[in-house]
Amino acid sequence: MNDVALTARQVKYTNTAFWRNPQAAFFTFAFPLMFLVIFTSLLGKGTVTLSSGLEFNQSTYYVAGMSAFAIITACYTNLAISVTFQRDQGILKRTRGTPLPGYDYLAARVTHAMLMAVILVSLCSAFGAIFYSAKIPTGVALLQTIAVVLIGAGSFAALGLAITALIPNAEAAPAVVNATILPLLFISGVFIPIGANAPRWVDVVGRIFPVRHLVDAYLGAYYGQPLFDFSWRDVGVVALWGIAGIIFAARRFSWEPRR
Amino acid sequence: MPERVIEVADLRKSYGDVEAVKGISFEVSRGEVFAMLGPNGAGKTTTTEILEGYRQRTGGTVSVLGHDPAKRERALKQRVGIVLQSTGIDPFLSVTETIEMYAGYYPSRRPTGEVIEVVGLAEKKDTRVNKLSGGQQRRLDVGIALAGDPELLFLDEPTTGFDPNARRNAWEVVKNLVAIGKTVFLTTHFMDEAQYLADRVVVIADGLIVAEGPPSSLAGRDQMRTRIRFRLPEGAPQPNGDIRRRDDGSLEVDVDAAAATKVVYDLTGWALYYGVTLESLEITQPTLEDVYLQLTGAEVGT
Repeated sequence: MNDVALTARQVKYTNTAFWRNPQAAFFTFAFPLMFLVIFTSLLGKGTVTLSSGLEFNQSTYYVAGMSAFAIITACYTNLAISVTFQRDQGILKRTRGTPLPGYDYLAARVTHAMLMAVILVSLCSAFGAIFYSAKIPTGVALLQTIAVVLIGAGSFAALGLAITALIPNAEAAPAVVNATILPLLFISGVFIPIGANAPRWVDVVGRIFPVRHLVDAYLGAYYGQPLFDFSWRDVGVVALWGIAGIIFAARRFSWEPRR
Repeated sequence: MPERVIEVADLRKSYGDVEAVKGISFEVSRGEVFAMLGPNGAGKTTTTEILEGYRQRTGGTVSVLGHDPAKRERALKQRVGIVLQSTGIDPFLSVTETIEMYAGYYPSRRPTGEVIEVVGLAEKKDTRVNKLSGGQQRRLDVGIALAGDPELLFLDEPTTGFDPNARRNAWEVVKNLVAIGKTVFLTTHFMDEAQYLADRVVVIADGLIVAEGPPSSLAGRDQMRTRIRFRLPEGAPQPNGDIRRRDDGSLEVDVDAAAATKVVYDLTGWALYYGVTLESLEITQPTLEDVYLQLTGAEVGT
């Protein structure tokens, strides 16, 4: 079998195991949708004043925020924790002893995470269209959205693999992963819109990291003018972080338990 | 001369300042069960993982099926099955799914049902891995290693943590492998396991090979003296000869293995003549364990 066939086959097994693991399936799938409902219920009646000075409905905003959150949950949080568990259980080491190339195995994990992200974003979009008057884009805007989702998912998956190199053991995985991502989720407009009144440092710090750029790119692609500007620059920054993640993972990724 | 499947010459491995393997050499022939015996920390797993390609050696030469395992070539991995010391299997797949998944990595494979049969998991074939007992997971480990129909199997302490029954079953699995023509490289710290399974044993202690040979004659075991031990009732006459009295009151004599038959004949003839019962009569060869303890200076039960 060639690499593509081997990877596709591995995606199938990864998917079977994923849905049989209630925790993984629940946290990955339920969280973004649950948060979408909670945030819109609590704050959905308000409006956000955008940096452009325009007003925007918060519940509509959260459709994009939770789509970005879904990408990050599926590709960064869940992938990093799950791969660390597999490393500590010796599953990665065993796989390493078979003829399956390591990159095929990891490609399958990444592909599966990206598929989950695509499904989740679709669910968020459907929710948004039905309940929160967030119209699903068409034409160029739709293609831009798809590009943002795929590049964002791939980049965060690469970062998810990279972070495993810094996680000492499976017990520490949720703590390390959340410590690295939660603060960014708060300062990057995922949970709280970064409007015109946000402190300057939040804006500056947020723009260093990929989460803010993912959110901005998604808002720009999904809602577009006149409220948001879509910029390939944001997509590019996300992709650069992804490439850095791949390089770091290629050097430091560990296939063996660290005991 | 039989084909050499594994050739190791002056293998060395250091971790920092610590030299775990200090220059060992051995060969394994096709169709053989080769056991590496030694206490924990002797260098067994280090050696095995170098042969498997997981670790890089610091010195010496290694050839496995004509390849250098350090290069981690796919062509080699396709011909080798590995059972690691600790198990790691996706808990959410069934036995059949697991075997099929791993079999798919190999160009040639054994039928899934047959593999499951060989490792004795036929009744559990649709059970998920997280519902299997530890012993059953270990057998699935062996099943995974067999899925790609390898020529050579590495079994690193395959029965550690097994109850006696499960060990017997595992041994039968290994015997079955040999029957279908596999070469097996086994590490263990159980004497009886090496004795039962291995055609040839090397004993490794502190990173060096201290003995090598078939289990029956390892380190001159077959040359060692046979011990005859018995008790006599109160007031019985004493037989002649070089007999020691032990602290517990039993009598003991060591003789050459070749002479043992005659000594036993004489002793029982003497007992019949005098109408004396030889209580608790035992005739023992030195066990592999005796030899091993002597070689490694290890404690029993490590």
